[in-house]
Amino acid sequence: MAVAIQCRDLRKTYDGKVEAVRGLNLEIQTGECFGLLGPNGAGKTTTIEILEGLLEPTSGEVSIFGHSWRENAREMREWLGISLQETRLSEKLTVRETVELFASFYREPRSSDEVLEQLQLTEKADAWVGRLSGGQRQRLAVATALVCNPKILFLDEPTTGLDPQSRRQLWDIIREFQRDGGTVLLTTHYMDEAERLCDRLAIVDHGQIIAEGSPASLIERLGGHHVVEFAVSGNSDGAALDVWRALPSVESVREDDGMLSLNVKEPHLAIPALLDAVGKQGSQLQHLTTRQASLEDVFVRLTGRHLREE
Amino acid sequence: MARMLELKREPEVVFWVFVFPLLLAVGLGIAFRNKPGDASSVAIVAGAGAQDAEALLQRSAQHASFKIEVQDEETARKGFRLGKYDLVIEPDGKGGLRYRYDPARPESVLAKAEIDSALQRAAGRKDVVQTTVETSSEPGSRYIDFLIPGLLGMNLMNSGMWGIGFALVDMRQRKLLKRFVGTPMRRGDFLLALMSSRLVLMIIEIGLLLTLGVIVFHMKVLGSVFAIVFLGAVGAMAFGGIGLLTASRAQKIESVSGLMNLVMMPMWIFSGVFFSYERFPAVIQPLIKALPLTALNDALRASILEGTPLIHQWPRLLVMSLWGGVSFVLALKWFRWT
Repeated sequence: MAVAIQCRDLRKTYDGKVEAVRGLNLEIQTGECFGLLGPNGAGKTTTIEILEGLLEPTSGEVSIFGHSWRENAREMREWLGISLQETRLSEKLTVRETVELFASFYREPRSSDEVLEQLQLTEKADAWVGRLSGGQRQRLAVATALVCNPKILFLDEPTTGLDPQSRRQLWDIIREFQRDGGTVLLTTHYMDEAERLCDRLAIVDHGQIIAEGSPASLIERLGGHHVVEFAVSGNSDGAALDVWRALPSVESVREDDGMLSLNVKEPHLAIPALLDAVGKQGSQLQHLTTRQASLEDVFVRLTGRHLREE
Repeated sequence: MARMLELKREPEVVFWVFVFPLLLAVGLGIAFRNKPGDASSVAIVAGAGAQDAEALLQRSAQHASFKIEVQDEETARKGFRLGKYDLVIEPDGKGGLRYRYDPARPESVLAKAEIDSALQRAAGRKDVVQTTVETSSEPGSRYIDFLIPGLLGMNLMNSGMWGIGFALVDMRQRKLLKRFVGTPMRRGDFLLALMSSRLVLMIIEIGLLLTLGVIVFHMKVLGSVFAIVFLGAVGAMAFGGIGLLTASRAQKIESVSGLMNLVMMPMWIFSGVFFSYERFPAVIQPLIKALPLTALNDALRASILEGTPLIHQWPRLLVMSLWGGVSFVLALKWFRWT
């Protein structure tokens, strides 16, 4: 399989002070859906805009299908469909005019009607952009990216702020594009989005990749597919955490706001032992749930912070 | 690429671009309309001798061209300060009169001369030399004829600069420019299209103002329509280019407003929109003539009022083209797309 996007040791420093990206390496294969996952301010947008050729990196190499922005920018733009974070398109143009405007920039665009059809915007084709709902606007933004018949689709937080139904619609569109052989690079801070859409993803924090792989393998690396969360009466100190860590099948322990969570390989071994230990301590169990481990757990494990908090 | 033209669906834009200059022209046209004889407004300070002075003036042959009021001293002086009266006559109570006038105000100087001669003649002075007068206020030499081409030029500047400046900064704020750069669109083409979009509006602007001038103020347009539109086009492109350059870096509407005003201010003052720039010192005349609005105003006046052929206007066309061209190139170089 050919490499679609590659970057090496990418760095971006704003005004000589703020280091938004510090040494980032990526290799994305053709036909892949690759996700950059991370909290706000992690450097996702800066990274994707460098890859799109909109920002100049402070140092590092970028290549798209083996071409560099410095040599072949115009040709490369023909291959890329871009949806930026929060672009507000001209409100006084209709949906069709907007799509046709963007189509006019490309040598071999798709038919505007076909794209509108695909994004379920046909009904709104003659409505002014200013009159669209958030979900429709976002679909229109993706339409302007798809109308150029791109090889690679760049989506910067495509579903942020959308209702669940609109998100699902967008996911379907992205999958369809990928099924037709397209390559997708998207950024998101939604775990579920990354888990559902991405073949591989990189978790970005403070301008660096802290983990990379398929969603399943990242969760695997966490050391357990299950999470047991519980709370006990009485205070638990640092020494007490060791008690839980010593339980069978437990891979790691974390305390969060009085709630303890264990990463567990086999809940049927861990839970009886947990109950025993609580009984021995003479404390009361106040809460107990188990669930599948998610990327959120991976992120918390790696950074000690939740994804959505700053 | 010229599809950028569709960006004009804003009703409020129509008002500022088209209706506002028309109102301005009508307003100024009325304020400076050629009144019969252009009456001088004179106040006589009440007191001994005031009645005599008034009676004397009423008796004079030219009394129709004076508007005379008897006022107390304070009202008369206040009115004089505000420009309501051109001249104040203060009787000294011993049969003599004192004129209070402002040598810097042409109408005041005129009033003093006219009133004095009227008074002296009414009081019995005989003219030594026999003179006759003939009046001339042909269309072409009135203030409104001077004004309309100036307004046209100023309007082309205002709408060109604001239209382009605001549109660009707005697109920059919306990240629309960034989105456009993400496509294979040629950047120069985009800016050129934006500049050219002024041309369509320019034709409407010229048409409306000239029609108003011809119908309401009976202006005579001597130059050809083609020449006027051509000058307008060159002017519109010049200000389009300057607008691009002014807005090439600004991130906020506020900062671009300030910059625009800064750039346009000298031209409002020096370029002879409302009065002739010949009144400024000779030293700065070459500078004034190098301003694009001066060139445009002069060219429009020459073409509309005198019918000067385009070929003789080449220095002015050159000035405008240079401003437009150089600004465009610099704008393209310095432009901030993100």
